[in-house]
Amino acid sequence: MNRINKLFQEKTKDILSVYYTAGYPNLGDTMTIANHLEEAGADMIEIGIPFSDPVADGPTIQESNTIALNNGMTLKVLFDQLGELRQTNSTPVILMGYVNPILQYGLEAFCKTCQQVGVDGLIIPDLPMAEYLNTYRELFEAYDLRNVFLISPQTSDERITEIDTHTDSFIYMVSSAGTTGAKDIFEEKQLNYFKRINSMDLKNPRLIGFGISNNTTFQQATENAQGAIIGSAFIKTLTDSKDLKLDIHQFVKKIKNN
Amino acid sequence: MKYAVDENGYYGNFGGSYIPEMLYPNVEELRVRYLDIINESSFQKEFEYLLKQYVGRPTPLYFAPRLSEKYKSKIYLKREDLCHTGAHKVNNTIGQILLAKELGKQKIIAETGAGQHGVATATVCALMGMECIVYMGEVDIERQRPNVERMKLLGAKVVPATSGSKTLKDATNEAMRHWISHPEDTHYIIGSVVGPHPYPDMVTQFQSVISEEIMKQLEEQEDTQNPDYVIACVGGGSNAAGAFYHYLNNEEVKLVAVEASGKGNATGQSAATTVLGKPGVLHGSKTLLMQTDDGQVVEPYSISAGLDYPGIGPIHAHLFETGRVHFESATDQEAMEAGVELSRLEGIIPAIETAHALAALAKLNLKKSDVVVINLSGRGDKDLDTYIKWGEY
Ligand SMILES: Cc1ncc(COP(=O)(O)O)c(C=O)c1O
Repeated sequence: MNRINKLFQEKTKDILSVYYTAGYPNLGDTMTIANHLEEAGADMIEIGIPFSDPVADGPTIQESNTIALNNGMTLKVLFDQLGELRQTNSTPVILMGYVNPILQYGLEAFCKTCQQVGVDGLIIPDLPMAEYLNTYRELFEAYDLRNVFLISPQTSDERITEIDTHTDSFIYMVSSAGTTGAKDIFEEKQLNYFKRINSMDLKNPRLIGFGISNNTTFQQATENAQGAIIGSAFIKTLTDSKDLKLDIHQFVKKIKNN
Repeated sequence: MKYAVDENGYYGNFGGSYIPEMLYPNVEELRVRYLDIINESSFQKEFEYLLKQYVGRPTPLYFAPRLSEKYKSKIYLKREDLCHTGAHKVNNTIGQILLAKELGKQKIIAETGAGQHGVATATVCALMGMECIVYMGEVDIERQRPNVERMKLLGAKVVPATSGSKTLKDATNEAMRHWISHPEDTHYIIGSVVGPHPYPDMVTQFQSVISEEIMKQLEEQEDTQNPDYVIACVGGGSNAAGAFYHYLNNEEVKLVAVEASGKGNATGQSAATTVLGKPGVLHGSKTLLMQTDDGQVVEPYSISAGLDYPGIGPIHAHLFETGRVHFESATDQEAMEAGVELSRLEGIIPAIETAHALAALAKLNLKKSDVVVINLSGRGDKDLDTYIKWGEY
């Protein structure tokens, strides 16, 4: 069974998914961070494929993309690093990246290698639903990869229902109109949106991302969804870290407040 | 129309709408409504009125006698440089701001490279009393100071793009990020035939007035609507799309697009996308794109900031692939020489972008009877510093 589906079968609340950029802060950190995250108790791991023009990302993740590219990260290098992933790690892994590097790698070769190294799902923010349905879905399904769609406060109920129909994993709820980036607290407007979606009775679980940074925002998100995704706040921790193991453990502990 | 966009937003293999879901409602609203809005008679009336009384259209189609003598053919210049603000860019910004008003938007954002599109956007925002933010790469702000001050004088806020390579592509990224964060009250006026569908088609429609006028004006002067050649420079490709549009299905008219090849295509310091690019996805569409084997977008180089873009509009990728348009390229050196030549022969100082189109004259094996129309997309005032630094005049 796909590890993402298994996770949501076993756990229905307080799910923590953590994002970081492959090859950041150092080229060789990708696997180290994945393993520390699993030990620290993250439920899912999202690894970013760095891109020169990440339009859906705020300054923190942009900067990590630039540094990772300067460090020499490419999809080929990333797949080499992930070659040993499933020897040590059984947490669901999602790759998050933009369309162009995937196209240049070759869509089918990309999907095939994802399955070989044990990737479970993909988040491609600039891949629209229409393109997914026309050309990508067949390949993703053939290689047992789950596609994760985003929704935002501006997404209509009708479109959310359509996205729910074409999803077999979870829906990524972008917390507010904006790019990725940490916030201290969610306001009334966002909470109302969380509640509105929560009451839609969708078939798929939801994780809330963009702006989760601490225990407060994590709690606010998980009250209205099965879990939350943290990116920028974790990247900042990595940037400042002198001891990855210690800092990653402390980070996860602080978010979950246990 | 054989070369028109299809219902999915594609020109052959190129185009589409590769945008984050956060932008979907905005782009979808545009897609559903743009044709109805721009075909409304009240919209048409206002658009035509402003093009005439504010922009100064129709722009002349000027027979250039001394240039014709030099290249032994009959050369006409379509004088887009005489548009208000000094380039064709304003045709599009007038159209888009009327559209934005119709959509009920109160704020406008734009990206700019050379600053011409930024100035054209700041201008129409002043005209309509709308708030205007222009994103411009930090590097371009330094090399295009006068246009930065023009935008400020017109009341726009100029925000430096400090990410990535700090030029046009990064300014476009920043504008898209701003739009993601302000989806409800803001319209994004893209400055060329790039971006997600329906932008490439919408901008083409607004610029198509150029070829519409050429047909009428050539008829008056040459007794035919059809020249042998239409030549235009290509950054994103909006002036070229406008100059080619009404000739696309008339295969007797040869269409020539001229890209900037900087210090030469072999040096790597070039912006000639059809020579150096491969199919890829950037800024919302699938098109030809300069990139590494790993799919990272490469920073182009040209002496002209307006041609310094790593892609071309999807319509041009299609016109290139089908062979309908012949693509040439001109180096910095060739363009600067052509710019000086036009200044001396006709008393017209062209924008350096435009000078690339002029440089193609020497490459085309023209015959004495050939009627050639060059789209003179902009005037050279903004480039005086570059001409001075160049020094060879
Ligand atoms: C005078 C002039 N011509 C041409 C261009 C290139 O744009 P496009 O290819 O969209 O016409 C620019 C862009 O700044 C310009 O200012």
